[in-house]
Formats: sequence, C-alpha cells, structure tokens
Amino acid sequence: MTTQYLCERPAVRLQQIVRQFGGNRVIDNLDLDIAPGEFVALLGASGSGKTTLLRALAGLDEVDGGRLEVPEARAAVFQEPRLMPWKRTWKNVTLGLRAGDARQRAIQALTEVGLAHRLEAYPGTLSGGEAQRVALARGLVREPELLLLDEPFAALDALTRIRMHRLIIELWQTHKPAVLLVTHDVDEAILLADRIIVLKDGRIAREIRVALERPRDNGQQGFNAIRAQLLGLLGVAVERGEEGAQEQRSGGESFPPAASRRALAG
Amino acid sequence: MTGKINGSLFPAGRLSRQWIGDRLARYGAGWKTPDFARRLASPLAILLLWELAAQTGLIPARVIAAPSAIGETLWAMIASGELGRHLAVSLQRAVSGLAIGVGIGTVAALISGLSRRGELVLDSPMQMLRTVPSLALVPLFILWFGIGEFTKIALIVMGTTFPVYLNLFAGIRNIDPKLVEAANTLGLNRRELIWHVILPGALPSFFVGLRYSLGISWLALVFVEQINATAGIGFLASDARDFMRTDVIVICLLIYSVLGLLIDGLIRTLERFALAWRPSFVGN
Repeated sequence: MTTQYLCERPAVRLQQIVRQFGGNRVIDNLDLDIAPGEFVALLGASGSGKTTLLRALAGLDEVDGGRLEVPEARAAVFQEPRLMPWKRTWKNVTLGLRAGDARQRAIQALTEVGLAHRLEAYPGTLSGGEAQRVALARGLVREPELLLLDEPFAALDALTRIRMHRLIIELWQTHKPAVLLVTHDVDEAILLADRIIVLKDGRIAREIRVALERPRDNGQQGFNAIRAQLLGLLGVAVERGEEGAQEQRSGGESFPPAASRRALAG
Repeated sequence: MTGKINGSLFPAGRLSRQWIGDRLARYGAGWKTPDFARRLASPLAILLLWELAAQTGLIPARVIAAPSAIGETLWAMIASGELGRHLAVSLQRAVSGLAIGVGIGTVAALISGLSRRGELVLDSPMQMLRTVPSLALVPLFILWFGIGEFTKIALIVMGTTFPVYLNLFAGIRNIDPKLVEAANTLGLNRRELIWHVILPGALPSFFVGLRYSLGISWLALVFVEQINATAGIGFLASDARDFMRTDVIVICLLIYSVLGLLIDGLIRTLERFALAWRPSFVGN
C-alpha cells in the first residue's frame, strides 16, 4: 500500500508540522500523507491536536513550522452544520460557488443527500440530520479533492448517525475525494475509514489499516479486535481481544494480514 | 366537564349532574363568544363615566374636555383640513430627520463595524456624542442654526443616529465566528463575506435600532415643534395649551399614539419580509 501511493501524488502531504499555542505544542513534528480517494480517520482523546490539525488543513489556522501540501479544492463539514440561517437551502449550497449552473448543481447535490424536496427551506426549519446533510451537499458541490469532516455526526441521534454513515460512504464512493474524518467515536472510525490514525500529544501514536470488507457493520469478523486495540491505545481497558494490541507496529504500515489473523483468533 | 367528573364519583346522581354541567358549560360558552365586545366593555364604561362627569360639571372642561366635545373638535379639524396640514408638516419633519439619522448611523456602523481602522477613528467620537442628551443641545443648535426648520430636523437626527449606530455595530461584531469560518472554507472573498454573511446576520440588530430611532423621532418631534413652530402636531398642542383647549391636546395625544402604532406595524411588516428566515416567522 505504501509503495502504491508513492507512485502518484498524494492528496495531502504533511511534513514536520508544528503548531504551538504559547509554550504548548499541540502538533509536534507530524508527518502524514493521504492518498487520493483514501478515507482516513483521525482518532484521539480531547486535546490530542486532531481538530487543530484539521483546521490547519482547512486553511483556518496557520502552522508554526513544517510543510503542508493540500489540494486547492477542499471542503469542510463541522460538528454544527454552520448554514447561513438567512439563506434558503439551495442558496446555502451554492454559497461561494462560481459557476453558471450553480442552481442546477445545488439541486443535484441536494438530491444526492436526499433533500431535493427541501430546496427552498430555510435552515431553521430543518432537523439536525437534514441540516448536516445540507452541509455535506454544500461541501460536495465543490467537487473537493479533500473532504474534511470535523466530528460531523457527533451531535446527531443514534439512528440518524447510522443513516449518515451509510450516506457518507455512498457519497465518498461516488465522488472519491480523499477524506479526513476527525472523530472520537472508535466504532465510527472502524466503520468508515481505510486507515485510522491515533493521535496522542500532537504525534501519531499508531496507524491502523482497516481491511474489513464494505459495507461494514460492527458485528463483522475482525471488527471487535480492531476496536479493542484502538480502545487500548486510547487508554480504555477492554477485557476481550487485548491480544491484538501487541501485534501492531507503529507508523504507516499496513496490517491486513494481522487483522485477518486476529479475526481468526477472536 | 365538571358534571361528568362528579358523575363518575357519584353514580347515583350521574344523569342530573351531567345535565346541569352541560347547561353550565353551554351558558359559559354563550358568554365567551363576543370576545372583543367583552374587552371593549370596560373602556366604553370609562368613556361613559367620563362623559357623564363632564356633562354634570364634575370634571371641568379646563381639566379635560368631554369625549363628545373631543369627537366634535376632531371631526371639525379633519373636515377643515387643519389636522391634515399639521400632520403633514410633522410627518415631513420626522421622516426627513429619521432618514438622515438612520442613514448616518448605518454608514458609521458599517465603517466602524467592518474595519478595525474605521472603529479606531469613528467609534470613540460616536460613543462620546451618544452620551449627550440630544435635547440638551437645543441652546447650542439654536445659536448655530437659528430657530428654523434646520434646527428641528438636526435635533431629530441627533436623537435617531445613535440607536441605529450602536445596534448595527453590535450586530456586525456579534456575527457567529463559526459562520465566518464556514464562509472562509467556502472560498468567499471579503466583499462576498460582508454581503452574504455579515450584513444579513446583522439585520435583526439593525431593526432593533430602527425601532428605537422611530420612538425617539416622535419624542423629539413633540419637543422641537414647541420651538418657534407655526405648524405641526407639537405646535398644535402647545397652541392649545395657551388657549386651554384640552380637547385639542387630547387629539394631539391620540394622534401621537395612533401614529406610533401604525409605524410599529410598518416595521413589523418590514421585518416579516426581511427576516422571513427566522424560525419564529416561518412558523407564523
């Protein structure tokens, strides 16, 4: 896998990124490549620097050192939908879009997220899940090469979250942007990502490649092993499946064989 | 309802109790139907008592005129066109003062709200001027501008500029930074950010300021029209005072309150269109 994306230009390349607030290093010499079309989840406890990293990638924040290469076409979806309350749904989607057929593209994007019937609605009349889908449509209509998701499902109820997980995978498979998902939900990371990066004190503590077949569900073989391993890394003790933890090596390597071995063992 | 509840508790008397209860309910419903009439009853009673007291001489006309006399005078003033003339003069003063005041307040708030440099230059003088009660400026304004129309309108301008300035400035600065961030990730340039995010977001605050300004413009009108005026509602009132015409004074008061209500209704309608996105309006 590593060699594969050295051949083509990565969508994101971070080298020796440093970000500090006062004397506090939130991101500490971090290196990260994301391949085009790759779905990466960034996992970590609060204060581990994951949101800071995402903000730097979105261009909302400066970095204090290092090289940061990101595509021009990128979009961000945050925990709150951040829609302009005074603009109708489709106007929110086309905001900042410089294209002649903006409305047509907005309709298409909203249809993709299942909201073709709410084109003219004001955000104040949408439910939380609907508003977040509009935010997704607003990101996708820009045809981003990099989609940044900052805990976009954290504020949704459990059922809506399940639907959103399916939707995001569908959209990702259609449009194939590189995705960086910041989350603190271990299950969500395993369900969605090709690769999970565990961030600790501004450094990458571990990288885990998730080779589970899609569509995924949390009853899948191998799911629990990864889950236990991640929870272990995040400092949450789990009784079952702890044998997986010592098999892992750190740093950008792929683990499909290990994952399947653990699945068999579990 | 009561009949039914009692009925279940006392099965023996169920039928009769229910019957009484239903009758009572119907009687009550019969009372409720003319709702506005009930609300109108007590003001009418007060008017009637007032009229009676005036007719019997209990309240002398120099304290307050009888409602019938007020009505008569009002009709005569409308018919002769006198009221319309004064009203037109007052409205013209209020509208021009308000337009200039709101205009200045809006421009100043945009300049200091949208740029740090503008804030440095404009905000402190505005804050200092704001604390001066505009009516205290009357002597100075009379010295500067004389006692003509200019002073009257200038005083209304002084009173109406600051509510708009303060509220719009606060509205611009209180835009949710998360929305501004979102706009930045969407690639909006500064002009688009102002037009699509900051101004619409500050609009509700602008309307709050506008309402204050409207109220103040009426207040200022009452006052400035007593300085060397020959027409206007305020002149009418002070003239009536000199001739102890309490009926005319009451008519002036009525006009002020009716105009206040009308203008408030106008602003409400404006808001309904301009702020249609607010959930409270969408829900109707």
